[in-house]
Formats: sequence, structure tokens, C-alpha cells
Amino acid sequence: MSIDKDKIKHISKLARISIDSKKSDSLAKDLTSIFKFIEQLNELNTDKVEPLSSILNTPLRSREDQINDGKIRDKILENSPKKNEEFFVVPKVIE
Amino acid sequence: MSEIVKKNLSEIIDLIKKKEIKSEELANLYIDKVNKSKKLNSYITTCFEHAIQKSKEFDKKPNLNSLLPGVPLAVKDLFCTNGFKTTAGSKMLENFIPQYESTVTENLWKEGAILLGKLNCDEYAMGSSNETSYFGSVVNPIAKDTVPGGSSGGSASALAADLTPATIGTDTGGSIRQPASFTGTVGLKPTYGLCSRWGIVAFASSLDQAGPMTKSVKDCSIMLEAMAGFDKKDSTSIEKKKENYSKNLKTDIKGLKIGIPKEYRVDNMPKEIDELWNKGKSILKDLGADIIDISLPHTKYALPTYYIVAPAEASSNLARYDGVKYGYRSSKGNDLIEMYENTRSEGFGDEVKRRILIGTYVLSSGYYDAYYLKAQKVRQLIKKDFDENFGKVDAILTPSTPSSAFKIGEKTNDPISMYLNDIFTVPVNLAGLPAISVPAGLDKKGYPLGLQLIGKTLDEQNILNVAYAFEKNCNFKNEIKNWWL
Repeated sequence: MSIDKDKIKHISKLARISIDSKKSDSLAKDLTSIFKFIEQLNELNTDKVEPLSSILNTPLRSREDQINDGKIRDKILENSPKKNEEFFVVPKVIE
Repeated sequence: MSEIVKKNLSEIIDLIKKKEIKSEELANLYIDKVNKSKKLNSYITTCFEHAIQKSKEFDKKPNLNSLLPGVPLAVKDLFCTNGFKTTAGSKMLENFIPQYESTVTENLWKEGAILLGKLNCDEYAMGSSNETSYFGSVVNPIAKDTVPGGSSGGSASALAADLTPATIGTDTGGSIRQPASFTGTVGLKPTYGLCSRWGIVAFASSLDQAGPMTKSVKDCSIMLEAMAGFDKKDSTSIEKKKENYSKNLKTDIKGLKIGIPKEYRVDNMPKEIDELWNKGKSILKDLGADIIDISLPHTKYALPTYYIVAPAEASSNLARYDGVKYGYRSSKGNDLIEMYENTRSEGFGDEVKRRILIGTYVLSSGYYDAYYLKAQKVRQLIKKDFDENFGKVDAILTPSTPSSAFKIGEKTNDPISMYLNDIFTVPVNLAGLPAISVPAGLDKKGYPLGLQLIGKTLDEQNILNVAYAFEKNCNFKNEIKNWWL
């Protein structure tokens, strides 16, 4: 898989990262070599192999559907880059 | 400079227990050396006032029955510490002050340890040389221009330079074991699920594990005992009884079967590493272990698998950094989307962006099966390799790294050559197994090299024992000359 500038544009849009067009050439080169490296996996026939998504043998525990904290609004707001009283402030979304 | 800071953690604990030194005196000794060691750039944040206050409190009412009584400790800056900046080595979190404590650090404080500072690391733990940190490269105390390895590079550097008596790191593909090997220290990655991931800045959640980094195997067992334990706040935490790793440490390894995987003898491996591996084999053999040749046929596919799975998980985990609720926000952009895009472009460094893009791509519509699903299947094969061999052997011995510490700047322009650093450590993360890197010798330049012992799931005690026996018979001596003072 060769990664070109257009593909970089597409992926960076999906990832919500703006990429400086000056940097996108070198990035395309790096990603092309990385994909060439990971495509070694195509040497293997894995038709009959089950994918492994977790190394734990047991299913994930689920917790009781109970409120176990709360009342931490002010703490959560403490690190916000911009706030107004008890709200996070973002650029305007609706006209 | 005080000789006390050079001591192992277990010796320092003894001094405190015998009341030969007070916690406050000890904290001051480390603070003094940290202040004189800024050239190494191993600390991002120091918490000296806090450390002094806590050590005074300890001295007034010392609890000498805890595992880490009044011991000042610095930790990797990936662990959330309540009220103290946690940056993950990123501009994105430069001013982030967690409002809660990670479970693993909480466990350390419960055992009497005291936070001394936060240690430099690769940005979001993505790197093998600590050069991707927004806060600058860290220097290996072994020699002026060398990297300490990564991503727990600040931890390894601070430990080897006697700026903390022990520390903790995280290991997603080798981030504890590789820097331990580069600095002549001991580093252990526990079984996936043994230490809680709660409150650790996430990189790749199916691979991330916290673990100890120490000057000796005994210290490693003490730290692991303090950190490990079931935590209901981490849904992948393993429910099991606490173990007394330090008390059960023993050097008798007679009759143990040690596997030597032939696939780890890679092309272009320096002769010194091969010799060291042989030295390791003969030491264990002399101690009565059986050395058995084994095969882990899918080893060469571990790194390509890792570079699909880890970026995929990272791209998903790092989606939360959008400049809204916490972290950096760009002042540029006309609408919400542009704000997101600029925040992430300005807040993340090049390596992090590269991995987010790889991850986004392999998970994107039309490519999921070809990359991500394929990688999960190969991951199964890699795990099977280990499962099959652990019927025949009790532990596996390999080199920790394919080279000793390299020069700062040497590999920054070639991502693949940087990634190859983790060739011996990555398979263990994919299989969720425990592994320890223990210093084994010095190369021609006088730089340390480590050997890795891989164990069965939850068999930490066994690899600690083998490492302990090995350490006692290896006579490794780190040659750090305090050149930066």
C-alpha cells in the first residue's frame, strides 16, 4: 500500500488533525514505509484463525448500574480550557 | 554527595526500619541530587514541598510495617497524581492537573511511599528513546549523548542516576524492559491485568501494563508486591489474592526448564548480544536449570502486528483530546471542527500524529479486515506459540534488546529502525505474559545490556526467582560516573 498526499488528506480528516501541506510529503513517505513493513503479515494464511481481541480468558466484568460517584462537577470543570459557570464553552455550532 | 542515594531500595528500607535514617533526611538527600542533575532532564515535575511535608508526617508517626515505609519515589508522568500535573510528555496535557489518583500510585502511597516527582517519558508513551517527549530528550547517565531508551526513559535515567530509589513505568511494547536494559537496571512487565490500568493515561488498552523499575531483583519484588492487586475500577483487572513476592523470593532453580527460542537470533544481531545470551544460558545451567531449544515460529510477525494493534487502539483512545473538557485548546479555527483539528495538530507531536493516522487508517471503512482483523488473527498465532511451549518449559530466556543504548538523534529520522528496538519485547505484550529484563553485562563501549526472562501467565514469582538467581551469579556492575554533576 502506497500512501499519497490525497490519502493523507482523507485520513487526517477522519482523525480530525489538520496536517500542514508542507509536512504531508514526508508523512506520506513515512507511512508508506510503515505500511510496507506491516504488510509482511500477508505472507501468513490466517483463514482458519480466530481473531484475538483480548488475552483474558474471562469475559469483561460489568458493574451494577448504580451511581457510585457524582457531585464532582466542579472538579471536572477545573481542567477545562474555557468555561462559563457550570458549562464547557466551545465555538458556535449552530447558526 | 551522599552514598546513601546509591543504595538499593531494600537497603534503604532497612535503614529506615532500623531508624538509622529519617524519612525527611532521605527525601532531602534525593532532592539535593535531583537539583544537581537537571542536565539529565529526567524529571518533568518535582513535588519537593509535598515530599518534605509527607516525610515529616511519616517521621512523627512512622508505620514501619508497611512495604515502603517513608520512601520517597518519583513515577513516570503517565500516572495520574491527584493535584500534581500529569503531562504524559505531551503539550496536550502540559497544564493538566488530575483530580484523582491512579490505583497503582495510590497503592504505593498506602504502603508508605511518598511522591517525589513526575518523570519524563515519550509523548503518550509512544517511542523507544524518550526523544518524542514535548519536554525534551532525556540523557542516559551511562554516557553524555546517549538515550535512556523509552518510553519510560525518564524513569530509567532517574533510577540509574540515583534520583529515586525505585520507580514505576508502563510497558505497551517494551517501554519498561528496553530502558531498563539500556541503563543497567531491572524492569518487569507484569501479566496483563495484574496491575490496575485505572488512572494511567491510556495508549493501547489491550497491551498497556504498569510495572516496577529498580536497581535489583529483590527491589523489583517489593515494588511489584506494593503495586499489584485487583481493582474493580479496571474491567480487565484479574481477581486474585495478593502475593508476597519479596518474601517468597528464592535462588533455587534446580530442575527448572528454560527455553531458548531460535527465532530470537535475528539477522545482524551484534555478536556481543549473542555472547551475552550464551553467558546467560551457562549461568542458569550451572545453577541446575535445564536449557531447552524451542521454536516460536511467528516471532517475526510480532512487530508488524503490534504496529497495527497499538496504533488502532491509540487512535481510539486519543480521540478524547479535542480541546473541550481538558487539555490544550487551539485559539485558531472558525468553528468547532476547525478547533478540533487545530487543537490536535498543535497539541500532538509528530510521532503521536503518525500513530493516530496509522490507527485511523487501519480501522477505516474498507480496510478493517485487511489490517486490523488480520493483525488480531496473527496475534492469536503469536499467543499460541507461547502457549504450546509453556507446556514444555517454565520460562524463556532471550536478549532484552537488539543493541545497547544509541546516540541521541541517531534514529529519529527513521521510524522503522526505531520500532525495531522492541523486536524482543513486543511479542510478550501481544501474548499478555509477564517478563523481566535483568542486567547481564557491558558491551565494548561499557554500555549495559540486559537479558529477558518471559514467564507463564501470572508466574511472576518464578521469573523473579530465576532473575534473582541469575543476578547473584552474574556479578554485573553498572559503571556510572556521575559526569553530569
